[in-house]
Amino acid sequence: MAVASDAATALRPLDPAYVLKEAGAVAAIVFALSISLVGFKTEDVPGGITVVTRFGAVAIVTVIAFFGRLGLILLREGRPFPVLVTALPFALALFALLLWDQLFAPEIGLRRFLPFGDIIVNWLLAIFAAILAGRAAWTFRHEPREQSAEEREKKMDRVVAAPVQRAARLVGPLLLGFAIILPFLPIADRRLLDIGILVMTYIMLGWGLNVVVGLAGLLDLGYVAFYAVGAYSYALLATHFDLGFWICLPFAGIMAAFAGILLGFPVLRLRGDYLAIVTLGFGEMVRIILLNWYDFTNGPDGISGIPRPSFFGLPFVRNPPEGTETFHSFFGLSYSPIDRIIFLYYVILLLALATNAFTLRLRKLPVSRAWEALREDETACRSLGINPRNTKLTAFAIGAMFGGFGGSFFATRQGFISPESFTFIESAIILAIVVLGGMGSQIGVVFAAILLIGLPEFFRELQQFRMLAFGATMVTIMIWRPRGLLAHREPTIHLSDEKTPTGHN
Amino acid sequence: MNNRATSDHHDTSLLTVEHLSMRFGGLVAVDDVSFRANDREITAIIGPNGAGKTTMFNCLTGFYKPSVGQLTLHHPHKGDYQLERMEEFHIPQQAGVARTFQNIRLFPAMSVLENLIIAQHNELMRASGYTVTGLLGLQHYKRAERKAVEFSRYWLDRMGLTARAEWEAGNLPYGDQRRLEIARAMCIKPVLLCLDEPAAGLNARESALLNELLLFIRDEHKIGMLLIEHDMSVVMGISDHIVVLDYGRKISDGTPESVRNDPAVIRAYLGEEEDAELPPKVARDIKKN
Repeated sequence: MAVASDAATALRPLDPAYVLKEAGAVAAIVFALSISLVGFKTEDVPGGITVVTRFGAVAIVTVIAFFGRLGLILLREGRPFPVLVTALPFALALFALLLWDQLFAPEIGLRRFLPFGDIIVNWLLAIFAAILAGRAAWTFRHEPREQSAEEREKKMDRVVAAPVQRAARLVGPLLLGFAIILPFLPIADRRLLDIGILVMTYIMLGWGLNVVVGLAGLLDLGYVAFYAVGAYSYALLATHFDLGFWICLPFAGIMAAFAGILLGFPVLRLRGDYLAIVTLGFGEMVRIILLNWYDFTNGPDGISGIPRPSFFGLPFVRNPPEGTETFHSFFGLSYSPIDRIIFLYYVILLLALATNAFTLRLRKLPVSRAWEALREDETACRSLGINPRNTKLTAFAIGAMFGGFGGSFFATRQGFISPESFTFIESAIILAIVVLGGMGSQIGVVFAAILLIGLPEFFRELQQFRMLAFGATMVTIMIWRPRGLLAHREPTIHLSDEKTPTGHN
Repeated sequence: MNNRATSDHHDTSLLTVEHLSMRFGGLVAVDDVSFRANDREITAIIGPNGAGKTTMFNCLTGFYKPSVGQLTLHHPHKGDYQLERMEEFHIPQQAGVARTFQNIRLFPAMSVLENLIIAQHNELMRASGYTVTGLLGLQHYKRAERKAVEFSRYWLDRMGLTARAEWEAGNLPYGDQRRLEIARAMCIKPVLLCLDEPAAGLNARESALLNELLLFIRDEHKIGMLLIEHDMSVVMGISDHIVVLDYGRKISDGTPESVRNDPAVIRAYLGEEEDAELPPKVARDIKKN
């Protein structure tokens, strides 16, 4: 046992066979996955479709996986030096190449030295190499210490989540200020604004679903149903009765809330997986009804010609009908199509802010505490006289209401809706935002929405591998923060009346 | 057997259990049990494991609907309630019956104070106008909330938890969790407090503190208590009245002294293996044999 006493400082001898086996196994898995995913690609050519092989990329991916894993093993065994001297120059060289290529001289042709054809993949590779080098440098300075997952989780909660949650009071207004002035910044083009609108729609939906999933702990996989109800409520009311967006908005919310109660009743006794299955079914039912009730919803043809929202009755059109005024003529501006986008941007900003204000206020009320208590322990709730039926139904109704608001905004933005837009993947994305953001965290939803909606939009370059990036983001967050990015909870009520006794931490 | 002890206090009885039976399919968990529990008294329910004690609690608090029987709560101010006919979430608020659980059921991710505030949910819901007026941020609700906090503070002080009011309840030491659960039950302002093995897992010092606490609640808050307990030092130390169950049947009912000497009780406990659960006299008998 003499060795054991020195074990803290002495290195265990490496078994090369074991190391090679582990790294080789990872490389083999990557090879097996990438040979079909990366190795073959179909391309449209005149007169048909052809398969392009990319075995070079497969080989590069496999080699990188092998060395990456080797590096991780060395780090784990407390040998950071070889990792540092390999990963750091590699990362630096890659960054240099990329910067040179993008900033100065794309025409020189340095691009052919890059391992991948897609620039964005090279960036990711450089970042991974840099992270590996950073970890190696960290291991140099600090003793490698085994931490249990729970310990790490607690530490992360204390070091990252709690300060961020507190900083949210500062970050929130900053983000809000940025969101308000964004349309007037020089970087704001049509594409950026569209992404902004999309991200904010999802933020709003995330905040709505947060009530159901994050607070009440009811796993809802059919949230898109309420989104659809809201969208169709507005579309049908507007096209049949010629009502405006702002009048229809509350109706859409109420209709969606009723749909929420309708879903809530049969699932009152269900929990966890069973609840998830039923809500999933509900989401599909709504979509299929919309698809098949041709007389009412126009079925797969969808509803077109949904009126755009107007600025206090002033429409955003170039050539108005005789005798009516438009936004640009009223304010004496020249017509610009981006005006409408900016207006939509502010509408969704307003809706999202309203959702935020409403849900933050709810947090301070007994109903929200009852939701959380219900999530924690339903039996204990009943023993304290909390009516689980009403409490759950309010959660479903309020969550659904925001889904409905989001839906009618979606309808007015698109101008056309069909059941195609309300598939399960939408529910999954909204749920992913809530879960990754950290259940119950408002600012977490914002970050997760930017990460999951904003980034994939920027990853459009990757084409069909975009969803792969989406998946990779989710897996990374789940490994790094299994309870969500910012799963830290502050008490909603304090003994003393002062709002924030958080000076100490 | 010893029914006279209870029938003397007929005028102050708080709970009357009549012919209570609870069947799960073919299994009879509680079989025709009748007894009374008096106001401002601690009534202990003891018996070997599986005797039907917790099942009876679950019937009383509405978690199970009894197969047969009548459970009448004589509320000192509001009149009688038939507990077997009420929804479980109405029982705490309307009839004033609070309970704790054998395996502690706090809201672990919420703060200690929040646990106590949730117990005052229905009052606060009314104050917040069922959320509608509360959303407007009216002073009326703020005042009600402050009042609820002050009421919780009383119990936090009593339990010595004030300094840890902001802690997550799940992070409290075990003994404090037990006490918090009792405090939470008291926050619904009950007339009958049902405690399911409150001393389980407590050390000797904590157990003594618990005795003191339960006597304090009985004497200061003037409520009745039902107590399921295996720890005989607690049962014999503080109960005014003991009901003994075995295989779902009541085998003895009376003062601690009379139950201790009841041959039926001794017989029931002889089958048990754990000495700790035996009344002292029984333990002596076993040694003799």
